[in-house]
Amino acid sequence: MSSVKAPLRAKSVSSQAKLPKTELEKATIRFAGDSGDGMQLTGTRFSATSVMAGNDVITFPDYPAEIRAPAGTLAGVSSFDLSISSNEIYATADYLSVLVTMNPAALKLNLQDLEKGGILIVNSDNFAENDLRKAEYTANPLESGELNDYRVVQIPITKLTLRAVEETGLSHRDGVRCKNFFSLGVVQWLFVRSLDQTRDWIEDKFKNKPEIAKANVLALQAGYNYAITTELFQARYNVPPAVLPSGEYRQITGNQAFSLGCVAASLRSGLSLLYSSYPITPASDILHELAQYKNFGVKTIQAEDEIAAMSSTIGSAFGGVLAVTGTSGPGLDLKSEAIGYAVMAELPVVVLNVQRGGPSTGLPTKAEQTDLLAALYGRHGEAPVPVLAPATPGDCFYMVLEAFRLALKYMTPVIVLSDGGLANASEPWKIPDVDQLPELTPNFHTDPENFSPSTRNPETLGRLWAIPGTPGLEHRLGGLEKDAVTGEINYEPENHEKMVLLRDEKIRRIAKDSPQLELIGPEKNKLLVVTWGSVFGPAFSVISDLQTEGYPVSMLHLRQLYPFQEKLGEVLLNFEKVMVPEMNLGQLSRLLRAEYLVDAISFSKLQGRPFLISEIRNRVLELIK
Amino acid sequence: MNIQVKPVRTVELSKADFVSKQTPRWCPGCGDYSILANVQKVMPELNIPRENIVFVSGIGCSSRFPYYMNTYGLHTIHGRAPAFATGLKVACPDLSVWIVTGDGDGLSIGGNQLLHMLRRNLDVNVLLFNNRIYGLTKGQYSPTSEQGKVTKSTPFGSPDIPLNPMLFALSAGATFIARTYDTDSKGMQNIFKEAAKHKGTSFVEIYQNCNIFNDGTFSAVYERSEREDRILRLNHGKILVFGKDQNKGIRLRGLKPVIVDLDKDFNEKELLIHDQFCEDSTLANLLSGFDYPDFPVPMGIIRQVESPTYGEKIEEQVKSQIEKKGVGNLEKLLRGNHAWTN
Ligand code: SF4
Repeated sequence: MSSVKAPLRAKSVSSQAKLPKTELEKATIRFAGDSGDGMQLTGTRFSATSVMAGNDVITFPDYPAEIRAPAGTLAGVSSFDLSISSNEIYATADYLSVLVTMNPAALKLNLQDLEKGGILIVNSDNFAENDLRKAEYTANPLESGELNDYRVVQIPITKLTLRAVEETGLSHRDGVRCKNFFSLGVVQWLFVRSLDQTRDWIEDKFKNKPEIAKANVLALQAGYNYAITTELFQARYNVPPAVLPSGEYRQITGNQAFSLGCVAASLRSGLSLLYSSYPITPASDILHELAQYKNFGVKTIQAEDEIAAMSSTIGSAFGGVLAVTGTSGPGLDLKSEAIGYAVMAELPVVVLNVQRGGPSTGLPTKAEQTDLLAALYGRHGEAPVPVLAPATPGDCFYMVLEAFRLALKYMTPVIVLSDGGLANASEPWKIPDVDQLPELTPNFHTDPENFSPSTRNPETLGRLWAIPGTPGLEHRLGGLEKDAVTGEINYEPENHEKMVLLRDEKIRRIAKDSPQLELIGPEKNKLLVVTWGSVFGPAFSVISDLQTEGYPVSMLHLRQLYPFQEKLGEVLLNFEKVMVPEMNLGQLSRLLRAEYLVDAISFSKLQGRPFLISEIRNRVLELIK
Repeated sequence: MNIQVKPVRTVELSKADFVSKQTPRWCPGCGDYSILANVQKVMPELNIPRENIVFVSGIGCSSRFPYYMNTYGLHTIHGRAPAFATGLKVACPDLSVWIVTGDGDGLSIGGNQLLHMLRRNLDVNVLLFNNRIYGLTKGQYSPTSEQGKVTKSTPFGSPDIPLNPMLFALSAGATFIARTYDTDSKGMQNIFKEAAKHKGTSFVEIYQNCNIFNDGTFSAVYERSEREDRILRLNHGKILVFGKDQNKGIRLRGLKPVIVDLDKDFNEKELLIHDQFCEDSTLANLLSGFDYPDFPVPMGIIRQVESPTYGEKIEEQVKSQIEKKGVGNLEKLLRGNHAWTN
């Protein structure tokens, strides 16, 4: 299909308005442009509109580590994917149906993801020689024929936007900035979406800057009208509402779900929440979000560094509040000494680690699952810590509650491993019924009779939590080995070994107290795919399809990585082969091999982005051949 | 919802009530013993129920301190006591929190934590035992050791320039700084009481003798026969005089402080007057910079000024947000602004 060169001014109403509507089950759209082009916002608005239209929606933002790399360069490209569907979806599709690119750099980096025959919307105002040079193009792709496989829609978006906002008297610079809403208008028309919701949102968002609000609304409307009145598209696409389990929904990202989970845990436990953390991508949003909830009694500390964040969190746990910190890879390294201290002092703290590409500074804005072994073993000494991992953005909410449940019950630090994908991705989330949320019970000890800081609950081995302010229970906690009975300092060899075993046993007992394993598919099968974290999405999409198609494959998703749930070993033995797709070099597969002596086959991907559905599918098919 | 510390009980306590079962394990003759005894002596006089007092420390000889106090205590990790204390104090604003640290713990590995706690004016009391050496690791030089100091790790002398704890604290915005020494019971007790009363971070440097690895490091300053000539005892509102016969004074010549002999060119009006409550920190800076042998070493409260504390600010925000928005409703929060029904 050859390019359509769009006229600068739309013709009067054409037959386009009566274009046929094509029903689609799902579509994947990517908005890509320069970091300064507002693509994240555009994507978020379109997903909000789609959600309101009843679709199941999954989003995947992808942005560079640099806040503003030189405009127009490949380093500065930021993009936002969303899949909209009339069925439940768990991962964005491998290939895009529509790609919107605001400049040549965005085109260059993203074109390979557009399906053949897919719609490519291009801002043709940004293809001057200089723009092409910055994107390292030697020939203009709009003219070279390299786009012949796609349905190219060239629109002079910048010029049309400036014309649309002319009446507001906005400066050239501010006017140009409205162009993302123009492109949004075009896409909203293409997918038969009403503009009302976006318009309301703009008016609310910019209520203190009415001229900006007006200009953005004009740009949005202009884009929509432009699509109506020009012969750019051959059809409009309608993705009908999805049939999700009935109930009330909202859209939620992983980091939002973490934040809400913290507040919910606070209210369910009756303890005030203290979140202390040091800004780090991609975890900072948790701090931003929680800082707004002071009226829930939430206190936040922006600590001077990662070590202080962890230390103050432990200090607050000693004081008897619900203590939580958040971080990402490099921060986890810095926190590890203090986490070991919390193991030794046996204080309940939760560490939310949003994994990113590592080691070192690595890929700050990209997703990876490379901190699993660090979470389990990244401390000196025998320092066992329960490790949990949410499967989806919404699941982050429940994992925080579970983390607090374990922390309070077993008096231990708990690490929750999210990743850069879950943190920023969003999905429709069924709003939970507050009364159905687990009750969290802080068992504050108040009885001075025979108390020592080593006194434990015989069932859980959790130490008693006696907080300052409680008369008669004055005691000292420290990082030195303590006597198993009196809690005083004790360096004796036998006592140390006893304490090491005791701390180990305490955490192992959690295995019996965990939710049951949920196997997807037959209990005995040719292949079991074991996943954790965000790999759930693409893997589940693949496995449910393959199961429908009759392939002998089952799936097991682990949300608790330490200790492993009871029966895991038995479950694994029922399969001829076990495959573990992970965004690392096989960390979970190594754990499974070590623990259960199974020949777990690792399937790795380390590109800072999720597995493609086809990648997992092909590997599974190879293994069950 | 908040864990509230019980209302103040009025119980008569004695020094013995603050002595824990754990026997101190400092070397015999260590200056830490006398500091401990004086802290235990002062505690009952503060009228704070024992259960509302928490001692927090890092790592080092001085940091064993909490084990010996029969209060709540947290012996934490190296250098991070100020951060632990920050979390604790923000969580429980009603506690009386004391940090015990040393020149290595507080000024070397934990310099950042100390700096930021001082800057925030967290309402706690810091006792920094300065013995100008690493004791627990058996005798390496510390950030307060003098340049050229020969230790195990510096057989040819330390190349480092020492840090002045008072100037450090002051430049971090400390609202209370004071200095005392381990053989001055009266001086210590007085300062500990004032420190406890002060709202905000009270930073107290205590010259402490490590008789094993750095014996006599401060003898030149405070040995009995010489000390009145080498110590400047600070009294608010009084002129700065010192000497066995109180015959030496401090005055300014231009911007420079000089020592004058009162027997010779005495003019009391020219002498500096100590004002510990002065908002402006010029005098505090000047005094903090005094060091032996050029100047007598100031002992007493150098600076004590009022300023809102970190905890207060946080409490205020919680309160004002509740007033503004009402107590948060979880159901509403979970629903957000754009919920829909399927
Ligand atoms: S090494 Fe020095 S500071 Fe440490 S306990 Fe012994 S005398 Fe005291």
